[in-house]
Amino acid sequence: MEGCYISRSCSIIGTKVLVDGQTDFNTEQVVDFNTFIKSVYKHYKIGFLKFYKMDNLSKLAFLTSEILLMGSGLQQKYSPEDTGIVLINSSSTLETDNRYYLTIKDKSNYFPSPAVFVYTLPNIMVGEIAIRNKIMGENITFVAEKYDPQFLYEYVSLLMNEKIKRCICGWVEFERTGSCYESLIYLVEKDDITNRNIKFDASFLEKNYLDLKA
Amino acid sequence: MGQLITKLKQEIIEVLNLEDVGPDEIEAGAPLFGEGLGLDSIDALELIVLLEKNYGIKIDDPKKGKDVFYSIQTMADFIEKNRL
Repeated sequence: MEGCYISRSCSIIGTKVLVDGQTDFNTEQVVDFNTFIKSVYKHYKIGFLKFYKMDNLSKLAFLTSEILLMGSGLQQKYSPEDTGIVLINSSSTLETDNRYYLTIKDKSNYFPSPAVFVYTLPNIMVGEIAIRNKIMGENITFVAEKYDPQFLYEYVSLLMNEKIKRCICGWVEFERTGSCYESLIYLVEKDDITNRNIKFDASFLEKNYLDLKA
Repeated sequence: MGQLITKLKQEIIEVLNLEDVGPDEIEAGAPLFGEGLGLDSIDALELIVLLEKNYGIKIDDPKKGKDVFYSIQTMADFIEKNRL
């Protein structure tokens, strides 16, 4: 199996946005997720009004992917089928499931929200990224007990070997109560287009995640 | 009718999460779907829920939806005619 390379990474955690491990944006003040993620959206001038309709998990995944792909020339270099998306999280969409439950729990005030319901599947975050970037390659969301770099490495490597030329992959977690959220997404390609020789392997993924949490 | 239109604008902004859009920016007669606010099919479902939840009006005939939800003005007309 040929090796692959990490062209770029992006992470959103706490009050920070990190690109390739370096702080790119920091609100410094601790604010609630909603306030924070809107400030990220405005700071990077994303300009995609559907963002406001997304649930929190999708907002986190979407913005991380937007910042990851800035200047990557995704559409120019690859056909829609050449790029895949593989994301993992642990809490699935529990925070949104809870919000949807609030719209149906009272039988005397029973108004299920369609706009909330559509986000009660974790793979919707992959769909939002795919629609935005016209990506039609293999895509999947895994729900795992915890971040598993070895599994991510093996699954993405298999896809890169047989089906796709580029992969957006990583970890996007939004905890049920909203008190903890973190994303770490990589852009993986067959060629080392950045000439930084950052090989896509499990030990790098693990170290990178531990550095992020430190 | 003017008050109802203003109320509807505020409710739609809140229910459909139209951030960065103010009530004054929505023209009462402008199309809600396609052009205009660029709403989608999920938004249409939310508008149906809004009518039922806030005004007690059910849309029994789905074919009516296209006319009822054409604009804020058509929604307000429909509410005026049908509310209990």
